[in-house]
Order: sequence, then structure tokens, then C-alpha cells
Amino acid sequence: MDQIAGIINLDHEQDLLDELTYFRCGAAVPFAGRYRMIDFTISNMTNSRIESVAVFARRKYRSLMDHLEQGKAWDLDRKRGGLFILPPDWNDPTDISRGDLQHFHNNIDFLRRTLAEYILVSGSQHICNINFQDVLKEHKDVNADVTVIYKKVDELYPEHQMAHKLDIDEENRVTSVNNDHTNTNVYMDMYLIKKDYLYELVEECIAHGCSHFFLDGIKAKIPNLHVHAYEYEGVHALVNSVESYYRASAKLLDVDERDELFRDEAPILTKVKNEAPAKYAASSNVNNTLVANGCIIEGHVEDSILFRGVKVGEGAVIKNSIIMQRCEIESNAVLENVILDKDCSISESRTLIGAPEKPFVLPKRKTM
Amino acid sequence: MKNKECVAMLLAGGQGTRLKSLTKKIAKPAVYFGGKYRIIDFPLSNCTNSRIDTVGVLTQYEPLVLNDYIGIGAPWDLDRKYGGVSVLPPFMQAEGGGWYEGTANAIYRNLEFLKQYDPEHVLILSGDHIYKMDYSDMLDYHESTGADATISVLEVPWEDASRFGIMNTEENGRIDEFDEKPEFPKSNLASMGVYIFRWDVLKQYLMDDAEKEDSSHDFGKDIIPALLKDDKKLMAYTFDGYWKDVGTVDSLWEANMDLLQPKPELNLNDHTWRIYSKNPNQPPQYIAPSATVRNALINEGCRIYGTIDTSVIFYGVHVDESSVVKDSVVMPDVKIGKNVKINRAIIAKGSVIEDGAVIGDPDPDSEITLVAEEGSVMASSYAANS
Repeated sequence: MDQIAGIINLDHEQDLLDELTYFRCGAAVPFAGRYRMIDFTISNMTNSRIESVAVFARRKYRSLMDHLEQGKAWDLDRKRGGLFILPPDWNDPTDISRGDLQHFHNNIDFLRRTLAEYILVSGSQHICNINFQDVLKEHKDVNADVTVIYKKVDELYPEHQMAHKLDIDEENRVTSVNNDHTNTNVYMDMYLIKKDYLYELVEECIAHGCSHFFLDGIKAKIPNLHVHAYEYEGVHALVNSVESYYRASAKLLDVDERDELFRDEAPILTKVKNEAPAKYAASSNVNNTLVANGCIIEGHVEDSILFRGVKVGEGAVIKNSIIMQRCEIESNAVLENVILDKDCSISESRTLIGAPEKPFVLPKRKTM
Repeated sequence: MKNKECVAMLLAGGQGTRLKSLTKKIAKPAVYFGGKYRIIDFPLSNCTNSRIDTVGVLTQYEPLVLNDYIGIGAPWDLDRKYGGVSVLPPFMQAEGGGWYEGTANAIYRNLEFLKQYDPEHVLILSGDHIYKMDYSDMLDYHESTGADATISVLEVPWEDASRFGIMNTEENGRIDEFDEKPEFPKSNLASMGVYIFRWDVLKQYLMDDAEKEDSSHDFGKDIIPALLKDDKKLMAYTFDGYWKDVGTVDSLWEANMDLLQPKPELNLNDHTWRIYSKNPNQPPQYIAPSATVRNALINEGCRIYGTIDTSVIFYGVHVDESSVVKDSVVMPDVKIGKNVKINRAIIAKGSVIEDGAVIGDPDPDSEITLVAEEGSVMASSYAANS
């Protein structure tokens, strides 16, 4: 079996989740009750037997580093390979690279040292459960230079406008990468390429003063390259705004969506917190809700997601909301259509109601 | 290497026959408790929280699950370069070998393990009890009194005292007499099976005991009486807190139910004294619109469509629509179909309860019903006590 190494390139991901990305990058945003966005990408990689993963981080990565540690949660604390978090500490005086090519140039040792023949480069905004070995198989079958991964979405939402779209011919070759707002072939910000070829393209991009590897190194060369499109057919959500985050979270309350995303044979792993099981008091009333461990619930919760260690007091009512780690909702408070970041407290009998299409977001550690 | 101040030896070889089919394939310390834990998580977490970083775990009966579970001790932060956790099964030596014969014999056979660390004190623990205890406080007491051995005791109700090993003490806490299950107890201080010995004293008494042919090689029956006979200084350290021997199906059920109190005596949510365990890493639990959940502990990976009332539900359990689980403990990965009624029962790991099955007896005086591991209960069968 050919080996693949992974690169999680966060350089082009803008922190557009308002309050949720004030102090952290999008990859570190908590999601689905006990995970962070990046857990899905890393777990997909390790489930595809990728044993070396580099994270190209540039901004607001404190929370990310805290979460990833040495990669233990994904069995990436290895002697050979493992997890490499690579923030920008670059001291090469001859460096002329720009944009995300700075990452490739300055972290070239990661590529040199890995024994993998192929590199899978991914962002962190596309929630999915994908096997990259299947991608590699198709990549080799069609003898492609680069394979890009896309999802054919049923319906276009505002979040898809920011994503690149693919035009594909009948042989699944990419004919153009564009921003056509009517195109439903959403590029998932993931591509597979042979390591030696990646080197070559990186060198060429740097020599020509390029600043965006995917756009300048791959998209611009589409007429001359064999860029193959791999269609991912499983559950998918693109999270790049508060609204898309809220919508993707609500989808998790659907059992089929959840079963496809969280699969026994390809589990999504995250840092373990050692919380006790969730406790439901005699006065609690919970329905259609995802609850993580460590919660103590005395009130009413419906159509919501509670992260680890949330306390809901007696008589409190929570609807259509996402409550992150260790928030405390005191008795008789009312929350509807809100997202509370970690460590928020809502005092007794307070009411916070957001709009269904635009949830009210409270930043980390806020007391109301 | 620097010697260790205190090394813990955890006796985990117990069969726990009174737990019936729950211990058919696993040793008692591996039995599930509290929605997420195994019994052994409590002493191991107590060790790591008490800053005791070297623990020998003595296994014997059905060690496969226990060995696998403990591994290199990472869940309890006991994967250390020097020390950490070591699983110590019985082994053969040039002069023979065989099974551990009694608690004292188990430690005696591992004197070489202890010699490696040349500790000042040895903490003897049992893997059968549910409690949170700071062993470092007991060690401080043991050191400050200059005792040869310190035995942790708990005040039990007088009417229960004859079920325990009772320590009779002088006013200053010095033990002058030990009564194993006395008919007429003179004190209500029961031994918790937690001992700290000075290493040199322990070593000598274990070696002497090994020579005695009529000895049963047991701490309670042989070693403690021998120390008392020689007028060694034995101190009683009084522990005040939740402690439970979960030796029977009923007491295991009861201890689980204790956690459902509004303010349980055993607080599992205390972040200063976490109970660590191996994590199954499953998605959050889902409580469906059709579900009713009251007075319950539920773990990750569960899907609840029915009613859960006053019950403890471990990870990966599915409860389908119109089923009612009441006053029960449901262990990992159990699948419960539709229209099932479960009352006062323990359902062991991996069981499948088919649609319409009725299990257990709601009568509060009835015995707790046990469904064995990977058991299957059909609609027509009324589960008997197994």
C-alpha cells in the first residue's frame, strides 16, 4: 500500500465565525457537542492510515495547539511520523516565498522526511467522513496529476458562495475552477498529489512570485495538467460562517446524518476530557438534543446541542441553541436560537432570544 | 535511581463470585460501575490524584480484560518512565511457582518488584471498592505517628459491624485488637482493606509468614494478627466519606442508585478529584423527541427513544420507542427494542433485549434481576435471576 502524508493548510481560512473566532481560528471552533472542527479532518486522515500530519497555522493557533497536544487523541504521538503543528517561525534569509507558499517552503523538511509518496492537502471547514485511500485508488486508476475532491450539493446555501466550484467533463476531468454561483460541484478544499510533483510545482510557484498554491499552482495550470475530480458522496457540511455553523449543527440532530458522520469503523476522535456521564435530574425534560458528558440538566432542553460540562438549572428553557463547554444556565433563564461560546453564564430568569435564521452569539466567558 | 517514597500494590485478582454472571469472564475489579467506569478506576484514580505514581496491579482470575484495560496506564497518567503501572500476574520461578495463595502471598511473591523501587512505605489496596480517598493524607498520618502499619478504617453502623473486620483502638488511635467479623463487636471501626506498611516491616513479616505452613497467607487473618502479637505499632486512620464494597449484585445496584441522589455523596463531577477511565470516544448521546429521561446518568454514544427513569446507562446503549427502563443499570452496548419493560435489573454488556420483553420485578423488596453478558432476552421469556 502506498503511503500518504497529510497537510492541513489553514492559511486561507478566514475567521468568519464572528464571536466564535475572535480568539481562535476556525479549525479550533467547537462542533457537535464534543469535537473541534479540525477533529474531522485529522480523524479522516488517521482513518485513512495517514500517519504523518502537518498543520500549517498562521493566526490564532493557541487554542488549536492546546487542543491537539502531541496528537495523542488520534494516536499521532509517534516515533515515526506523527503530528507536526507548524506555526510561522521562519528565519531563512534567502526566502522569497509569499502567501501559503511560505509554509511549503519553510516546512519543506516535513515533506523531505516523510516516507509517503503522496500528499493529501486539506482545509478544516468541510465536515465529512471520507476515506483518502479510496481517493488515492481513483487517482492512480486514472493516472491523474492532481485529484481534487468535491461534493455535489443538493441545494446551494450562502456558505457555498465562498467555495470554489468545479466544472467537470464526462471523464471526470476538471475543466475549470470557478466561483459560478449556480454550480453545485463544491470543491471541498482537499487535493491529492504525488510528493515529488508537489515539490516541483511549489518551486515553480515560488520562482514566479505566486502567493496561493492551489490557485496559482494547480488552478492556473488546468489546461496542461490532468486534474481529476473525485466525488465524495457522503454527508457533508461546509462551515464558514455563523449561519452555516448553526445549520450544520442542526443537521446533526438527524439520526441518518449522524450515523453517516460518526461511524464505528471510521470513528471521529477528539481530546478526551474525563467527564462523568451526563446527569438528568427528576425535574429535567430533554428532547431532540445531543448531550455530551459532564452535563447536569435540571431544566427543559429541546432541539439543541449541549457540550461537555454544561449546567442547566431548574425551570430554565433552552430551544434551538448550541451551548458550549462549561456554560451555566441558571434557573428559569430562557434561551432560544442562541450560540453560547465556552464558559458563559446566564443568570437567573434572563431571556436571550435570537432569530431562527440568525442566532444570537455570546462570546467566550460572557456573563449575562 | 532515587528510591520511591511510597509504592502501591493493588490486589485485583478477586473472582467476586457473589456478582454471579457479571464476573464469569472478568475479575471483580473490571466490573462496570457508574455509567462509565470499572471498579478499578477508583483506586487507580485515587493513586494518581494522591501523587502515587508507582502501582503494581496483582491479577490472577480472568486477567485478559483487566490486562487489556490497564495497558500502560495512560488513562490514569500512570504511563511513567520510572514507576507507573505494572501488571503482576502469578509466574513460575526456578524453585517452582503457581497461583497466588492469599493476599499476603501475592505481595510476597512480588517482593522483587518492590525491591526495584526500595520504597519507604508500601500501600496495599484492593480493587473491590468504590470510594475517593487521598492516600497522601493517610501517608502523612502514617509518617507523623511513626507507625509500623496504618490501617484505614471507616465508622460503620453498629448493627453492621459484625460483617466487617473490626479494629479496636486506644484513645490515640493505636490498634490493640483486630476482630474479623466479630459476633459482639467492641468497636464500629471497620477495616477498608487499605493498609500502609513500613517497607522493612512488611518485608520481614511477609518472609516470616511464607515460612509458616499453617498460615493462610492473608493480610487480615495472618499478617495483621502477627504484627499485633509482636506489639508493633499499628494505627487506625479514620476515613470519612463514601465507601462501598460492591461485592454482590444488590450492593452493585445500590451503589449505582446512590449516584442518582440530587447531591450524591460520591461526587463524580469534582474536577479536583477526577475519576479517570479508558474513554470509548463515542459521539454525544442523543435524546429523541419521543424520549422521557428523568433522574438518570447517561453516557456518550447512547440513543434514547424510550423512557429512562432512575437508571444508570453506560455508553453505546440504544433504547427504542415505548420502552421503559426503571430503577436499573444498563451496561455498555446493550440494545433494547420497542415496548420493553425493565424494572430493578442489571443488564450486562452487549445484551440484546428484543421487542416486548419484560425483565425484572418492580416490587421494591424483590431481588435485583441480572441479565448476563451478551445475553439475549426475547419477548416470551421473563428473565430469571441468573
